[in-house]
Amino acid sequence: MHTVLGNKRAVVTLLAPALLVYTAVMLVPILWSTAYTFYDGNAIRGFKFVGLANYREFFGDQIAWDAVWFTVKYALVLTVLQVGAGFGLALLYVFVLRRASGVIRTIVFFPVVLPTVAVALLFRRLFEAAPSTGPVNAVLNWLGTGSIDWFGQPGRSFWVIILMDLWRSMGFYAVLLYAGLVDIPEELIEAARLDGAGGWRLVRHIVLPLSLPILLSSLIFSINGTLKVFDTVVALTNGGPGSTTTPMTLYMFRTSFTYGEYGYGSTVALMLTTMCLLVTLMIFRSTRRDITRG
Amino acid sequence: MAVTSQHLADPASSVAQPMKFLRRLPVRAGLTLLLVIEIYPIVWLLLGSFKRQDEFLSEPFWALPRSWGLRNYSEAFGEGGLGTYIRNSVIVVFPSLFLILLFGVAAGFALEIMVWKGRGTVLLMFLAGVMVPTQMILLPLFTAYFDLKLTGTLWPLVITYVAIGMPLTVFLMATYLRAIPKEMFEAATIDGAGVFRMFWFVALPMVRNAIFTVGLVQFFFLWNDLLISLTFTTSADQRTVQVGLLNFTGQYGARDYGPMFAGIAVSVLGTLIIYLFLNQKVMKGLTAGSVKG
Repeated sequence: MHTVLGNKRAVVTLLAPALLVYTAVMLVPILWSTAYTFYDGNAIRGFKFVGLANYREFFGDQIAWDAVWFTVKYALVLTVLQVGAGFGLALLYVFVLRRASGVIRTIVFFPVVLPTVAVALLFRRLFEAAPSTGPVNAVLNWLGTGSIDWFGQPGRSFWVIILMDLWRSMGFYAVLLYAGLVDIPEELIEAARLDGAGGWRLVRHIVLPLSLPILLSSLIFSINGTLKVFDTVVALTNGGPGSTTTPMTLYMFRTSFTYGEYGYGSTVALMLTTMCLLVTLMIFRSTRRDITRG
Repeated sequence: MAVTSQHLADPASSVAQPMKFLRRLPVRAGLTLLLVIEIYPIVWLLLGSFKRQDEFLSEPFWALPRSWGLRNYSEAFGEGGLGTYIRNSVIVVFPSLFLILLFGVAAGFALEIMVWKGRGTVLLMFLAGVMVPTQMILLPLFTAYFDLKLTGTLWPLVITYVAIGMPLTVFLMATYLRAIPKEMFEAATIDGAGVFRMFWFVALPMVRNAIFTVGLVQFFFLWNDLLISLTFTTSADQRTVQVGLLNFTGQYGARDYGPMFAGIAVSVLGTLIIYLFLNQKVMKGLTAGSVKG
């Protein structure tokens, strides 16, 4: 058995295409891009070695820090909201709707598969103030407040971005967490209920601790995804007004392709990558501790 | 929550009907609101795709279109170039998808079923790619494609998509292949089957469903991608659906709503129809891609 499945030539043949394309298009460019961070220039005007100048520029660049802050704020706020809303929906599916939850689950999930660009363009119209009054402002008018220019002010734009991504993703997290909740043994819930735990206490002391592993893996997934936000912002606000809703991904894109600064663009990309790795490692370590503890 | 617990405490209760109705009212109201929030934007989009410019400006948002003609759609396809964008997306996405699955299953087999030193490390190396943001590889690839004279063709998209699809596909395929009982391969060995026969006649049929699910997931990633297609399409006639749609606004100015809505509707309907038929598989696949820790 081992001689057949240990056939070196077969291993190479089967593995080579995937490994080659992965190495050539991902691993090598990662190193290459890291090398760019020590240079100034681009493919057309050529490169000049500048040592650590790009890093010095990054740490003194107010726009870069604004982008870091926006990225972190967006990732934290959206993660809390989407995992929270997902957990709420999952509880609704399991404890209120129970067997009848299938259709609702399917409907709340569907925005995940829609193209982000299309959804963003649609949300621009939903929140539009002028020349055509979108449904959101129409409802506000009906409630007695005037129309709000949602895209004219940084704070409001931020919340439209958050709302849109929440609309897209809460059904996804609901299904993810639902799978975890369904796995909790029925007898455990029954036993707690016989002991007099109901409603909030049941959730707080039985359901929440038992779904902690799946909650944490949702958090990792969410943080890792939200730090890379690009499509939503580009199509919804294009970073505006000004550059107030510009995440690091978009700042990198602008620096590199609008201004042709490959060195500095790579530096921003490397910072983003470092952030993703750090956050994942941090959460991963705390997850492990919690699981071993019990 | 109070509603929840009471309701759960006596599932088959003999409580009078009106009481039951009242008790469920908050849940019903909440559910209705939820469904409206989820579905209404799409309804509004579809209605809007039939409206004319002056209907957007002068009529309230809930008004139905005055006529159901397809003028907006024909304009989106004609002057908007939506047909070209869809064609480009199809040309790029399906070959990429085929290669991703082929390479991914083969690598998964080599890493999970076959026995050799260092396979754990290679699998981890693939997995690490999930975390790296695409921005980290864009600039070197841009330079490389330019030097290889691939800029101006659709090749950069296909090549990049295949590479980016590798980590998740290899990882998921390895997971699914792990579930096949080892006895299957032992039996095949005793019958004198070689590695490639095993791959083709034992492993592939066993993971056929998984391949379909992973393919579905990757399809949505590729079809909905903006970053890579925005970076590597240099001219209007190479644009994919998402990039084309993003530039729709510019082409018509921000004020021409009808064709814009029609364009969004076409883009949304494609994935929506797939979801309508395969929703259980899609839900399973997309969530499987995230529980990997």
